Amino acid sequence: MNILFCAAAAIAIVSSIAAVSRNHAIHAILFLVVSFVSVSLVFYTLGAPFIAALEVITYAGAIMVLFMFAIMLLNLGAHAVHRERQWQPRIVWIGSGLLSLVLLAELAWTFSRNGAQTGNLPVPPAQVGLTLFGTYLLGVELASMLLLAGLVGAYYLGKRSGASVNTKGASDDDGPA
Amino acid sequence: MLSCLWIVVAFPLAGFAALALGGSRMPSRLVALVGAGTVGISAALSLALGVSFVISPPLGRQFTQTLWAWMSVPPFSPTVSLCLDPLSLVSICVILAVAFLILLYSSEFMRGEEGYARFFAYMDLFVGAMLILVLANDLVCMYLGWEGVGLCSFLLIGFWYKVPRNVAAARKAFLVTRVGDAALLAGIFLVVNNLGTLSIPEVLSRAAASWPAGSAVANAGAALFLVGAIAKSAQIPLHVWLPDAMAGPSPVSALIHAATMVTAGVYLIARLHPLFQLAPPVLFGVACVGAVTVLAGGLAALAQRDIKRILAYSTMSQIGYMFLALGVGAFSAAVFHFMVHAFFKSLLFLGAGVVIRGLNQEHDIFKMGGMRHALPGTFWAFTIGVCSLCALPLVTAGFYSKDLILSSVLSAAQGPLWLWLAGVAGAFITTLYAFRMLFAVFFGEARTRCSKGPGKNMGCALAALSLLSVIAGFCQTPRGLGSVSLFANFLAPALPHLTEQFGRRQAALSLVAAMVPVVGIMVAWTLYVHRPKALHGYEKFAALAAVHQFARAGFGFDALYEFCFVKPVAYLSRINRNDVSIAYVGAVSRVAEALHYLLSMTQTGRVRWYAAGVGIGAVILIGIGVLL
Amino acid sequence: MTTVPLSHALLLSGVLFAIGLSGVITRRNMILVLLSAEIMLNAAGLAFVAAGSRWLAPDGQIMFLFILAAAAVEVSIGLALVLRQSHLAKSLDIDAAGSMKG
Repeated sequence: MNILFCAAAAIAIVSSIAAVSRNHAIHAILFLVVSFVSVSLVFYTLGAPFIAALEVITYAGAIMVLFMFAIMLLNLGAHAVHRERQWQPRIVWIGSGLLSLVLLAELAWTFSRNGAQTGNLPVPPAQVGLTLFGTYLLGVELASMLLLAGLVGAYYLGKRSGASVNTKGASDDDGPA
Repeated sequence: MLSCLWIVVAFPLAGFAALALGGSRMPSRLVALVGAGTVGISAALSLALGVSFVISPPLGRQFTQTLWAWMSVPPFSPTVSLCLDPLSLVSICVILAVAFLILLYSSEFMRGEEGYARFFAYMDLFVGAMLILVLANDLVCMYLGWEGVGLCSFLLIGFWYKVPRNVAAARKAFLVTRVGDAALLAGIFLVVNNLGTLSIPEVLSRAAASWPAGSAVANAGAALFLVGAIAKSAQIPLHVWLPDAMAGPSPVSALIHAATMVTAGVYLIARLHPLFQLAPPVLFGVACVGAVTVLAGGLAALAQRDIKRILAYSTMSQIGYMFLALGVGAFSAAVFHFMVHAFFKSLLFLGAGVVIRGLNQEHDIFKMGGMRHALPGTFWAFTIGVCSLCALPLVTAGFYSKDLILSSVLSAAQGPLWLWLAGVAGAFITTLYAFRMLFAVFFGEARTRCSKGPGKNMGCALAALSLLSVIAGFCQTPRGLGSVSLFANFLAPALPHLTEQFGRRQAALSLVAAMVPVVGIMVAWTLYVHRPKALHGYEKFAALAAVHQFARAGFGFDALYEFCFVKPVAYLSRINRNDVSIAYVGAVSRVAEALHYLLSMTQTGRVRWYAAGVGIGAVILIGIGVLL
Repeated sequence: MTTVPLSHALLLSGVLFAIGLSGVITRRNMILVLLSAEIMLNAAGLAFVAAGSRWLAPDGQIMFLFILAAAAVEVSIGLALVLRQSHLAKSLDIDAAGSMKG
């Protein structure tokens, strides 16, 4: 378990760094997908198989695809890569890198003082489901309302602006949101 | 009956409160009714108190009523307490009678003025404060009344506040009397520190017991009280505010600057006379101040053209007579003259008000003339007032009071003859300027046309005061003329008995003093009516003209104070305009601006910058958690 | 089976979070900023799951579920806004949207 955990963790870290630093947007998304899959493996080693599956299905499978759609909608082209390179000279990484390192040091110091072990048994989905619809039923309802709000919001925001819909008969719609 | 004493004080103050709160909404008839009516009720009540006092006098001929203890920080424990003894009884009867008549007069005089209710409110407040001053049995309570009348004087001099000159005059009055108030306060502190009490009878008995006569502490205390009295009563050298105070309406001049407030100094010295008797040099100083003021006031009045300024200097001069009497120990004579002076001086001011109003605000007597045909009633009232002022023998009240003063001066301890000569010379000058004024205003040809005369209220007030100016003197007549001594006997326990010497020399000098006004009238007639051109001839001499100008400017006191005090203070405040404390205030605002600029620089509008800010904040907070 | 020490799991979560934070601060492309925010969310969820596993309780996984739902909603709305902004400003530069300064 431990070795699996370490390997998956290493892949996750490397691919996250790559995702954050790519100039080509699609490359970044793909690296992030790899990162999420390895994090899902980490979840499995921590004894959360249900969540491992959900991570792949929802996060890697839905959210990243959404990102991909958005980028393809934008129809960026080759000059986008060049622009990204211009925007990201090496030097800008120093400041943020420093901040992240300081934060990391503090977190490491805080976490390392905890000597506990994670559980040796996986927590089965049945138990998760029972607790979810038992104790946390209210949370489920709220989450569904949040999703509804997101749905309505995304629909509204994705609509073309009123002027071009009403005044011009044949608007240059390049697809709905 | 005597326990209604506090009501006498409460009524005018209640009138003030009613007018201050609702006066602008009341019709003017109601305002006058409230304003004058409350004082009238107090006047009637004071007379009733007087009758009760005479019929059944209280123990020791003194009635004290303690209302409440103001505060108590030992030994400083003032109480609000009133004391009715013969001196304060006479004072409140005179004050209330004169105040009521003046308010009756001003109900018509001030009609149509904007601020009618404000006028009556201030007058009521003034009457209340003056009553507190006179009735106070406690030094701090008296100081309250003292300050109250000073405040009302300021408010009423500057009544027409939209004219800057009036406000400047009011400010001048307040500042000069403030000098005296500071000295008075210092005197009170000295007394309370040394004797440990603030109650006036206690102070006087303890001082008599523990302060040796002529000692430094007695002299210091008496001198401080004297300075306070000098400022309030407009004696040399703190008299500069009184001529300018004529900027207020005529009823104000009549009430405050003739009859009541300016006599507060006289009252103070009379009330605290044991203290002054423990300090003979200071008492002699009182007499000297009085004598100098008699002469200076009279000479200055002789050179004035403004009718009210003549009367102002005349007031100064007559109060000098009261100080003269106090200084030689004839306290009852001073109070007698205070009573008589209140009647005839307010009569003169009210008459002057009628003339000024009729001539459309003309103040210069040489632009008036022939008023005796246009305003006959006022002419007779004014003449009675002038005759009383000049102490015309036998028929006027002024004669009896002035004669009492001059005969008491002759029995003074130090320098009786010089003081007497000053008094007699003063009487001559008084006659000169008074009849100069009378002849210039009422005789001769009319240079300005008179538009309106006095109405019913004004006429009533003038008539009543004229009557009082004549008959009020008959309660105290000299030895040779009936020897009535009602007044002095009434005041006896409160003020020492008058010591009069009788003898041939005494009688002869009294006769001379009595004849001086008659001689003065004849001289005045010659100079101002018969041969006025003779005077104009004298004006050709440059030296005489310069002296005349000097006298008109009040003998240069204004210029002196301007040079010594006003200019340096104005200069210092001008150069101090941007000093350290102002810089401090400016620095506060500059620092705030700088901080604002710095903080607004963090609002860059860039998301990444904000995210970095959040990150830095998290790092710091977790760091604190890590370190602690 | 040998279990993973909790501190290791939390450390992994911290590292991923720091990587995401540096991405948010540094990138100028709006979509990539959102991407980095997703990394941060994922890292936080990992911490929750690790904690839940330590106590052998399903609560950590449930928390991650909620985080997942919130992340999904946030991404959809965020991307819609990004598309709007890119149409308005004709650019994906996040610094171009800085008119609320001062």
